[in-house]
Amino acid sequence: MTATALIRLSLTDFRSYEACALELDGRPVWLAGPNGAGKTNLLEAVSFLIPGRGLRGSGLAEVGRRMPGEKVGRAWAVSALVRAGDDEVRLGTGVEQPGAARRIVRVDGEPAPPGRLAEHVRQVWLTPAQDRLFLEGAADRRRFFDRLVFAAEPQHAAHVAAYEKSMRERMRLLTDGPADPAWLDALEARLAEAGTLMAEARARTLAALAAEIGTRGERPFPQARLSLTGDWERMAGEGVDFAEIEARLAKALAAARERDGAAGRALTGPHRGDLSVIHAEKDRAAAECSTGEQKALILNLVLAQAARLARAEGQPAPLLLLDEVAAHLDSRRRAALFDEIEALGLQAFLTGTDEMLFEGLAGRAQGFRAETSGLASIG
Amino acid sequence: MAASAGPEIERLIGLLSKLPGLGPRSARRAALALLKRREQLLLPLSDALSEAAARVKTCQVCGSLDTQDPCAICADPARDGTLICVVEEVGALWAMERAGAFRGRYHVLGGLLSALDGVGPDALRIGPLVSRAAEEGVREVILALPATVDGQTTAHYLADRLAGAGVSVTMLARGVPVGGELDWLDDGTIAQAMRARRPA
Repeated sequence: MTATALIRLSLTDFRSYEACALELDGRPVWLAGPNGAGKTNLLEAVSFLIPGRGLRGSGLAEVGRRMPGEKVGRAWAVSALVRAGDDEVRLGTGVEQPGAARRIVRVDGEPAPPGRLAEHVRQVWLTPAQDRLFLEGAADRRRFFDRLVFAAEPQHAAHVAAYEKSMRERMRLLTDGPADPAWLDALEARLAEAGTLMAEARARTLAALAAEIGTRGERPFPQARLSLTGDWERMAGEGVDFAEIEARLAKALAAARERDGAAGRALTGPHRGDLSVIHAEKDRAAAECSTGEQKALILNLVLAQAARLARAEGQPAPLLLLDEVAAHLDSRRRAALFDEIEALGLQAFLTGTDEMLFEGLAGRAQGFRAETSGLASIG
Repeated sequence: MAASAGPEIERLIGLLSKLPGLGPRSARRAALALLKRREQLLLPLSDALSEAAARVKTCQVCGSLDTQDPCAICADPARDGTLICVVEEVGALWAMERAGAFRGRYHVLGGLLSALDGVGPDALRIGPLVSRAAEEGVREVILALPATVDGQTTAHYLADRLAGAGVSVTMLARGVPVGGELDWLDDGTIAQAMRARRPA
């Protein structure tokens, strides 16, 4: 097997783990155990092997293990040996001081900026926090979709960060009273540039995902029709020229200053975009489908992105983190999920409260039982 | 930490710990090193500090630091007065001088625009820059500002403010560093270098 996989993972003072080391063989990994036994913590540790704030979106200081009486989390570390083909690379990350807010990263022992991690590991994940994705506000769906974009194009995160910073700067100027128009022009130029890059990246991922879903044939997961409802993503999807979108976005922002200032937020731009998902067979919006169907729709998106990234030449194959996913699926879909993971040849990390959920993976995966005392291998 | 030294030493440590790059621990080590090497370090440092405090001033023309005003660069007739290179702080000016690639004059802004940090155009030396650019003989203003959101916003703002001054406004190129291997560059830098390509 040549796909990117963690073959050793060790945690130090990370959440509930004082010290934990796992030897892995590249096959999928499942973790079973009661609530609070540390299953999600392990997935979170894996999620720190890419840039960002992990799958819980936590502050770095919260992640360190804290004993009663300790005010801040301890210095923590996650280290992994990553195998890709015949190559191995050692990644390490963590904080050096208790409560520190700056994360350090090492690649083969050398200090490196966090962005370097994306050259070695990519990830897509699905967590219970996303269960209500179609019922909650657009912000959650945007964040979910941006994660999928980021897995394919790591620089998307930098564009989103530049956009959000410029947007906060512009809002401050608009709400603080008479603002220098040239200063606003300058900020809106930044917004238009970063915003167009964002919209184009989203449109690219959407087109690729739609194509992927369309060609995947008979599977027991509901087919989804996807669209991005924001004006700017739609323009990008229709192939409007970069400079044209950028100019129109800058113009729209300049025209909206007074309105945005009164509203206290920017009313146009890619930060307002939304993802629309239609259950294709039923021709119904995802929000109108049952909870189980919604979960299966999201899972299908995540699997489609994983399949796409797994084929990408010259880039690390993604790790698939599926937290409490198996329990939501009926046995037919669960079996199909396991078959698909195996067919993709990806290292997936799955959690569930009951070992029985993973019976279908017997012989095809490594299983661990999570207990308050630590992890025990069960073959 | 309990005070283990006298008030004079604590005061020294307190002041040292305010220096960039030094925390309370390293300030303690620095203070100890100074006190142990009184003749070689402490007294010469003390003299250097007094002398710097008495003699270093801000150049009224470019905003740099020197013992003379105008500074040595502004006063040097051999420097090309038709070129003005705009930098964020004096540290960037020193970096440009180390590189030795620029023979014009400088303009130190004293920061970058940042609404969230409360730094507006009035807090920066923008008015004097516009006046200098409009002076007889100035041909080009080069914006050598960081490739961050604040740096690029400030560059855009300055380009706008300088539009009427009758000078060409340019920016430093962004892209492949000298001696850089392409496969070690991040994607954003490669994309930028591709956009900024030029005839070979």
